[in-house]
Amino acid sequence: MSTLINGLITGALFGFLLQKGRAVRYDKQVGALRLKDMTIVKFFFSAILTGMVGVTVLHKLGISPPLILPTNIGANIIGGLIFGLGWAITGYCPGTSLGALGEGRTDALWGIMGMLVGAALFAELFPVINETILTWGKEGSITLPQLFGINDWLVISIFVAGGLVLFYWLEKKGL
Amino acid sequence: MDNKEDKGWSPYLAGALTGVVIILSAGIAGQYFGASTCFVRIAGFIEQIFSGEHVVSSEYFSRIAPYVDWQVMMVLGILIGAFISSITDGSFQIKAVPDMWAERFGPSPLKRGFFAFIGGIILMFGARLAGGCPSGYGLGALVQLAVSGLIVVGCFFAGGIAFANIIYRRG
Repeated sequence: MSTLINGLITGALFGFLLQKGRAVRYDKQVGALRLKDMTIVKFFFSAILTGMVGVTVLHKLGISPPLILPTNIGANIIGGLIFGLGWAITGYCPGTSLGALGEGRTDALWGIMGMLVGAALFAELFPVINETILTWGKEGSITLPQLFGINDWLVISIFVAGGLVLFYWLEKKGL
Repeated sequence: MDNKEDKGWSPYLAGALTGVVIILSAGIAGQYFGASTCFVRIAGFIEQIFSGEHVVSSEYFSRIAPYVDWQVMMVLGILIGAFISSITDGSFQIKAVPDMWAERFGPSPLKRGFFAFIGGIILMFGARLAGGCPSGYGLGALVQLAVSGLIVVGCFFAGGIAFANIIYRRG
């Protein structure tokens, strides 16, 4: 039960911050994809870089065990690109669609219903996909430090440096 | 229009604080962010009402079973959090057609709803094939330095940027 309450509180904080960052609405999502307004990129990468440092510390201290989504190169690339097509049309992703609905954007409800249909459709086709696309380039749960054989903190330093350069460039361009 | 004196926070600040929430959820509950798996659970739950047998015999729904877990509650929380934030700062607005969409494709809520629905089917199919959405792969996997996170987040943006520019290109 406490896990469920924890989930609700975590989500409420996330939704509150997404909305405060004005990151949930269509104009911001598609604005980023059209390279006109990078609000969501700033939000997303600020969250990732901050989370990366803290979560790695927690892993090192053994407080929270890692849970690494496996690399399936074929499915990762094909699925990622298909997602991009749908995202460009709907203008919400699964998490932000709920946030957009929360701030009164009723078109998000249509998006959410479509997403439920998409999930059901995938479940129907899963037996076939599991035998085909999901077998292409199965690499297991690997991390970037393992792949390149370098220290975690070096990888994080590269991400943070890259992120700061990106942020500096976006501000300079006024995006 | 929503632009006049929008009292939002800096996306850097709101994003960094979200990073703190990510760290806390990993530290306290051992849970990592994600949002698309729960759509499978809820889809299975709805299908169960019509045909319980079909769901029980489904390979995918037996892997991702229809029950309420941490992530279902988290995604529900997003709705509540965004509602509280927007109601308290006056940015809540009932709106059926986004400005940018209306400018390009017209003000019809039905047309917007139809395409939002179709796009939703496509994006969720893609997310489940990839194994997750921007929350799961960006805020969950990339935060843990997963190779999959980098590949998938890159493809989300590559696909999204390519298609958004095609869709908005004026003929």
